[in-house]
Amino acid sequence: MTFIMSIMLPFIIILFLLLLVLGVVSYTHLENVFGIFIPYLALAIFLMGFLYRILSWAKSPVPFRITTVCGQEKSLDWIKANRLESPFTTLDVIKRLALEVLLFRSLFRNTNTELNEGPKLIHWSAKWLWLAGLTFHWSFFIILTRHLRFFTEPVPFAIQFIDKLDNLFEIGVPALYLTDALIVAAITHLFLRRVLVPKIRYVSLPADYFPLFLLFCIIGSGMFMRHIYKVDLIKVKELALSLISFRPALPEGIGVLFYVHLFFVCLLIAYFPFSKLMHLGGVFLSPTRNLANNNRSKRHINPWNYPVKVHTYEEYEDEFREKMKAAEIPVDKE
Amino acid sequence: MSELDGVPKPEELLKIDYQPPRKGWMDTPVNFKPGTYNYPAASKNHKILELPFPREWSPMEEDWKLPENWKEIVVNGIAERLSKYRSFKVFMDICVRCGACADKCHFFLGSGDPKNMPVLRAELLRSIYRKEFTAAGKVLGKLAGGRELTPTVIKEWFYYFYQCTECRRCSVFCPYGIDTAEITMIGRELLYLLGLGINWALEPAAKCFMTGNHLGVYPHTLKDTLEFFADDIEDITGVRVEIPLNKKGADILFVTPSGDYFADPGTFTCMGYLILFHELGLNYTWSTYASEGGNFGLFTSHEMIKRLNAKIYAEAKRLGVKWILGGECGHMWRVIHQYMDTMNGPADFLQEPVSPITGTKFENAKSTKMVHIMEFTADLIKHNKLKLDPSRNDKLKVTFHDSCNPARAMGIFEEPRYVIRNVCKEFYDMPENTIKEKTFCCAGGAGLGNDENMEMRLRGGLPRGNAVKYVQEKHGVNRLACMCAIDRATLVPLCDYWAPGVQVTGIHEMVANALVLKGEKERETDLRGEPLKELEE
Amino acid sequence: MKFEEILSQHKPALVKKWFHLVLRTYPEETATFLKNENDPFANPVGATIFKGIEDLFDGLIKEGNHKQISSFLDRIIHIRAVQEFTPAQALSFIFMLKKVIRDELKKEFKEKELFDEFLTFESKIDELALAAFNRYVECREKVFELRANEVKNRYSGLVRRLNRIPKTPEEKTKSKSYKK
Repeated sequence: MTFIMSIMLPFIIILFLLLLVLGVVSYTHLENVFGIFIPYLALAIFLMGFLYRILSWAKSPVPFRITTVCGQEKSLDWIKANRLESPFTTLDVIKRLALEVLLFRSLFRNTNTELNEGPKLIHWSAKWLWLAGLTFHWSFFIILTRHLRFFTEPVPFAIQFIDKLDNLFEIGVPALYLTDALIVAAITHLFLRRVLVPKIRYVSLPADYFPLFLLFCIIGSGMFMRHIYKVDLIKVKELALSLISFRPALPEGIGVLFYVHLFFVCLLIAYFPFSKLMHLGGVFLSPTRNLANNNRSKRHINPWNYPVKVHTYEEYEDEFREKMKAAEIPVDKE
Repeated sequence: MSELDGVPKPEELLKIDYQPPRKGWMDTPVNFKPGTYNYPAASKNHKILELPFPREWSPMEEDWKLPENWKEIVVNGIAERLSKYRSFKVFMDICVRCGACADKCHFFLGSGDPKNMPVLRAELLRSIYRKEFTAAGKVLGKLAGGRELTPTVIKEWFYYFYQCTECRRCSVFCPYGIDTAEITMIGRELLYLLGLGINWALEPAAKCFMTGNHLGVYPHTLKDTLEFFADDIEDITGVRVEIPLNKKGADILFVTPSGDYFADPGTFTCMGYLILFHELGLNYTWSTYASEGGNFGLFTSHEMIKRLNAKIYAEAKRLGVKWILGGECGHMWRVIHQYMDTMNGPADFLQEPVSPITGTKFENAKSTKMVHIMEFTADLIKHNKLKLDPSRNDKLKVTFHDSCNPARAMGIFEEPRYVIRNVCKEFYDMPENTIKEKTFCCAGGAGLGNDENMEMRLRGGLPRGNAVKYVQEKHGVNRLACMCAIDRATLVPLCDYWAPGVQVTGIHEMVANALVLKGEKERETDLRGEPLKELEE
Repeated sequence: MKFEEILSQHKPALVKKWFHLVLRTYPEETATFLKNENDPFANPVGATIFKGIEDLFDGLIKEGNHKQISSFLDRIIHIRAVQEFTPAQALSFIFMLKKVIRDELKKEFKEKELFDEFLTFESKIDELALAAFNRYVECREKVFELRANEVKNRYSGLVRRLNRIPKTPEEKTKSKSYKK
């Protein structure tokens, strides 16, 4: 798998799909398929797929408690334990996971590199990854939350508030969302890094580029709709509300760009459970992060623990008894 | 380059040999070069342990004499492990190839081989998983990141899963905690299903199975060895220490890695234990049957860990001790801390450990009932139970190497530092990103500490050596302390190559040097028989 | 302007080019990492090579003493002696300096008629190569010595013990562990 193939293949697929949806919606009036059928289908695939993956992971037991410990253990009471990096109780574990999931603790670790004296060195290369990753995920989450305004009537205060906050700077009309700008910057960074850093490029697969292109299309079409080629938001909301109340009705004339946006969103969520994007669920199931470092204090049970063949003391003594006696080492049988 | 006309210019040489691989990693096969691979396990060791397909074979040969249905064995082996280990299953699925781990591996840092990036080491197995176990991989093959399972892949596994020391440094930096050690361990298990192992790991395992320790030391020889230590100790301190062996009714069973019986400088650490326990008047015992704390099963298979580890609890039960004390060792403590209780427990025949000297309850060990000697000794010092004269270690300027397993499996950081600070005056830590949870491996763990693999070890040891060199130049450090028997063997050549002049020591060697014994004579030498004061060169 | 002055004037560019040529001896994905990561602990190979060749360059133009130059050489060669290079590949980096200087400054030397000095300087690089050859062989010998020592160390405690075993009857009565 060469680099060119890894990147071109997903690019061509996405391009093909883009043209497909543009063509179909513009010329065939199959809006029903793209506005109703595919969203329901994608959601169903997502929910079932996600559940299936989580259950299939959960079905495999955790035979050993193999926490990756990153801080001082809890031992003697005068030594201060680091309960976040070496969690001892379930509450500690929850805190550790929260730090990991919400702030990407492990990625941030990279940056913590300063020498005591001499040149002050900070790993910017690594800090960028943390920053871009965090920005991308949080922006994505906020954008998702903002979209709830299409699905609710009246729009709850919390969502209105987030929307307002995101609009704080009021640049342009309609105002450019802060998160839109951030997510474009972040995902561009993640993409460029994958293409330009040879060691990342070397390990990248088509499955790494595909979601990136998909996201570019979703974000691009979304921003395009808002700022340039505007669609009828009232009708979009009508459709959204009808979908969520399971009484689907398709308003006329929303605009083709909306269907592009919606189609790629559907593709993303349908693709989600079968891809590396499942790290969303996986991070909670990772045994090195979600277990406490209290191994010697609390026994961990392995459900498939089975008896193994050992060399018993009796066999051992039978073999060495004379030698042991000669050396005055106590034996069980004379 | 023997013909003069054909002598290439240096830059031409580059063009021929060093062009970055144009092909993707999947199509770049392994090239076995002496100095960078481990010798295969002798068939007799497979037989002793009743492992499948014992045979003589060589990595340098084309034909590895794989069993006829090798492919089926491997695929079934993966399926079984996917259903038994959530770690394995999740780690196969969720890597996003962000590359955060790529430059965290000492072998990558020292060698520059891209397949030493942890992400690619895992992809070696992941690509087969995709091809055999995911719908996309089955249909789309390479396009979905899948790859055909061929003998070349097996060779690649053998090469790269034995270029991983299971140190787990990468898993500290991974946003999902993907642990390459877990993948390496399972990769090695799969190789053992085909009768492919390395002798440096399997021979100690076989010996340990039969005689109780990796070196294959017989009971009477062990007694001799400890008696000789007692002789040496008497010469140096004027005090005769006792050697309790297989003693029923002792309070404490002491278990330590056998590496310290014969190999310098581990031997001095072993003498250190004897001196400390004598001075405390501890009612303890050594065991000839459980004469090994280390566990090369960890470098072989999960089942082998359990088979070898079983001796410790069995012996504690037979001797009727109250609890178990463990010596300075690295991977031994990964097994004790993370596997022993689960595999061979519950240890309900033992009591919750309490220090007979200070009365301290070791609550953190109340289930496994095994205490790390550094916890034990730190507690003694804290309670002023030891009379210490740190000036006897005045010629030492010490730094401390956190061994991978006690660091990233246990998190025992402060205890050893506390003890070191109390037994010597000059202690300097290495730079922040090379110690504690970010410690760099000695590059000789997980069965790789053999001499045929020396070049690979030295390369992999560069990040550690570099940090040692730094404190050597900055503070004049001349001793590298560690609490791991493998380290005490592997750091010696590492320092000799990267930071010549720095010697390696166990911590209890320094403790015993500083420990003032009741009725001792004036000490002239340290445990090594070297003068106390002047600097050795 | 003197020959050495020209060189020292162009030092940053020359060293950088030399460094990049040396890095080309590594796989691409490695080379970029070696080039971009500045922390000597996170990137010991890249940092050592960069510092090493910079010091070597200075040593060559400033008539540094041999001992010093040898210690600069040492750092790089220690690393390359245990990486996957043939001896010729391992030492090729010295000769790359010639290429760098020729590519960059040949014209200038010609114009300023400094060609003799240029040739003298190239001889110095040749000397450096010979010194590097010495260091390389020493490193390889060291590796084999380490191998041998390690095997010895594994049983050194045993050997010390054997030496303690009493050989004569008097020694036996004196020895504590051999009283039986």
